Amino acid sequence: MLASIAFYVLAAVAVISAFAVIAARNPVHSVLFLILTFFTAAGLFVLLGAEFLAMLLVVVYVGAVAVLFLFVVMMLDVDFAELKQGFLSYMPIGALVAAALLGELGLVASAAMSADGAPIAIAPAQASDVTNAEAIGHVLYTEYLLVFQMAGLVLFVAMIGAIVLTLRHRPGVRKQDIAAQVGRRRSEAVELKDVRPGQGIG
Amino acid sequence: MEVSLAHYLFVAAALFTIGVFGIFVNRKNVIIILMSIELVLLSVNVNLVAFSAYLQNLEGQIFAMLVLTVAAAEAAVGLAILVTYFRNRGNIAVEDINQMRG
Repeated sequence: MLASIAFYVLAAVAVISAFAVIAARNPVHSVLFLILTFFTAAGLFVLLGAEFLAMLLVVVYVGAVAVLFLFVVMMLDVDFAELKQGFLSYMPIGALVAAALLGELGLVASAAMSADGAPIAIAPAQASDVTNAEAIGHVLYTEYLLVFQMAGLVLFVAMIGAIVLTLRHRPGVRKQDIAAQVGRRRSEAVELKDVRPGQGIG
Repeated sequence: MEVSLAHYLFVAAALFTIGVFGIFVNRKNVIIILMSIELVLLSVNVNLVAFSAYLQNLEGQIFAMLVLTVAAAEAAVGLAILVTYFRNRGNIAVEDINQMRG
């Protein structure tokens, strides 16, 4: 019973805050509502018995992706009110597509509900004496090892891509040039002057 | 009323629809479009985890992790492109991006 109440509360908050993401005037508010959506989705995952994925969602999305969005929104000096124009002109076609999508997906979901009469209770997807993270590890590092490494490769390429895209060489910026610093010779760095007594270098 | 698979499917359907709707109505703001894509991917994750619990099979959660990886990579590269574009143009209006068409 308590799980049902938790589900309905989390589902309502998730849907409402997801709508607030696309409807908010200020993009910073959008990012904050996105964080709220991810948190509530993590709660839903916990209800489904996927604790590891829930924590991953909080760490990866809230800790990395949402903060990245926040950085970019605050870094770019954009007139967001101007970008908000045209919201209403695209509304009818968007609402039409959204209604069609929701109708179709709802039909599928209600068909799943009435497939074998009674609603099916959801149970955690592993035996109770093994934690969720351990069970995932057993599958991930054996059957899906190659896929796991390819996921790492995707992240690696994305990291290099992001660095290459945002790196820029500005002229006039003093940087460390280790080869030039190490390759310095005494002859080009120090000069001997023959100073006459009482006259100075002048 | 006991929570079943279909309830989670309804939540995921609502999130997916909101994501697609967000792409439609925020045609000018790339940042909101990227966030809408994140919402769509999140709804896919909800579906995968719900079916994983329903079928008593952990593979759905593995796939949800992979979707999470791709979503993170996509957000990083997308925002990097956005920052570069903003440096060159001074705004992020989506309509002007077709100037890059060769």
